Amino acid sequence: MTDTSALYQEVILDHNRRPRNFSVMADATVEERGVNPLCGDELTLYLRMDGDRIADASFQGSGCAISRASASMMTSLVKGKTRAEADVLVEQFRGLATGRTAMDDLPPALRAFAGVARLPQRVKCAVLAWHTLHSALAEGAGGAEGAER
Amino acid sequence: MSALVPRSDFSLLSTNPNLVYLDSAATAQKPRAVLDAMNDFYETDYANPHRGAYALSARATERYASARGAVARFFGVGDEACVIFTRGTTDSLNMVASAWGRANLGAGDEVIVTGAEHHANFVPWQQIAIERGAQFTICPLAADGRADVEALATLVSGRTKVIAFNHVSNVLGAINPVSEIVAIARAVGALTVCDGAQAAPHMFVAFDALGVDFYAASAHKMLGPMGTGVLIGRREVLDAMPPYQTGGDMIAFVGDERTTWNVLPHRLEAGTPNVAGAVGLAAACDYLTAIGMDAVAAHERALVRLAYERVSALDDVRVHGPSGSERSGVLSFTVGDIHPHDLATLLDERGICIRAGHHCAQPLMRRLGVAATARASFYIYNDENDVDQLAEALESAKRVFAVA
Repeated sequence: MTDTSALYQEVILDHNRRPRNFSVMADATVEERGVNPLCGDELTLYLRMDGDRIADASFQGSGCAISRASASMMTSLVKGKTRAEADVLVEQFRGLATGRTAMDDLPPALRAFAGVARLPQRVKCAVLAWHTLHSALAEGAGGAEGAER
Repeated sequence: MSALVPRSDFSLLSTNPNLVYLDSAATAQKPRAVLDAMNDFYETDYANPHRGAYALSARATERYASARGAVARFFGVGDEACVIFTRGTTDSLNMVASAWGRANLGAGDEVIVTGAEHHANFVPWQQIAIERGAQFTICPLAADGRADVEALATLVSGRTKVIAFNHVSNVLGAINPVSEIVAIARAVGALTVCDGAQAAPHMFVAFDALGVDFYAASAHKMLGPMGTGVLIGRREVLDAMPPYQTGGDMIAFVGDERTTWNVLPHRLEAGTPNVAGAVGLAAACDYLTAIGMDAVAAHERALVRLAYERVSALDDVRVHGPSGSERSGVLSFTVGDIHPHDLATLLDERGICIRAGHHCAQPLMRRLGVAATARASFYIYNDENDVDQLAEALESAKRVFAVA
């Protein structure tokens, strides 16, 4: 049997080994913690908002490769995006994990997570960062913390 | 080394010939004999037991009583009425903590558990101690994960009312020195409560000789059905324990103002019992007895020793708990910095079922200094090929994650 995996594609393994934006942000304007109580994954998401735009994004925390790679890719993708653009990505990613989003609608980097939809027990790992971003954006907009969670 | 029983005894395993099931410490697969016994009860003798005036109800009552007898023999209990059927180990331990604890614990008293308890033998004691204003003390562990009996001997005092501990750790497979713990408890007049969920499937418990006051176990980990378990107690402590739940079956006379209780075991089994569950557990006991518990224990020790050697020989693998020959059929490990959940998913892609996480033992995870572990556990239907598959899959996982 070869050492390949349907879920752990090279892009995910790479982001797990060398997570991007993996640092505490001293000048963050929004800081949001996300936890998966069942498996113990936890992360803190940092955003520096410039008006309606995400000027910078980073994260810290511990967890499995899926949750870490997901947070790494997410923070890379949302930099420079407006709140509305980021919200669209959140919905697309949540849709991917639950099988509602068509693959072609997704940024190519995120398509590596398609395998997660077939593993209901791992969906929560992949969406942790995105749920946290959703809460952070709602909070940054003056919305209730944790709304819709 | 081949399996101890034919795979064909287990429909799920024979219809999935490539499945490598290494999660029996979570729950065991079911032999056809167990499923047939439960089905037979429903198809031939099914009625509500105890108060029925008709022959069918009498047969259901007889099935329930004879199941209790078989379970008592399996656990080495001479007094059948001291075997209380429950929903499982968690239910049994909650019964003792609630019913016995509420009646016997007060401010200034002390409850001791070990740092290696499953949440089911930890949280109920922590909570009843809070409720009763008692002190909750955690006995430290020796390096191999067993209770540190020397430390325990210095912890106990006349204030210590109960010591709750596992017979076998669900994470480490470490086997606790029961007789030493009992001796320490008796010296200060404390009760002992033993969580046998991980021991009863794998060794002859010999309750009457064991010396503990209470012993709890689950049917589903020993080939029986989910939703059934036992609380076994010495008659003196069971007789002195107030009812846990009240209602049907457990009463002698219900007056307008007062109620008197039925005798054991009924006093502690309120409501219509799970007769099919008891029948299934009894069939599981008979199935295991036919194999012989010495043979069961020897098979698992041999398999886990082999697994320990194969897995601990891999670079960057840390095996937690005792060395190979001193453990029950459970192997917990971590591989480099691969998260146990990733490991479990990679193994699942090869049809290998292991458990990953905190195993309902967060206090133990803190003491081991890990967030989670991967756990492989072995039973009578596992063989050497399962160990080979596990070791090969771990090597492959290391290559996928480029660990060393």
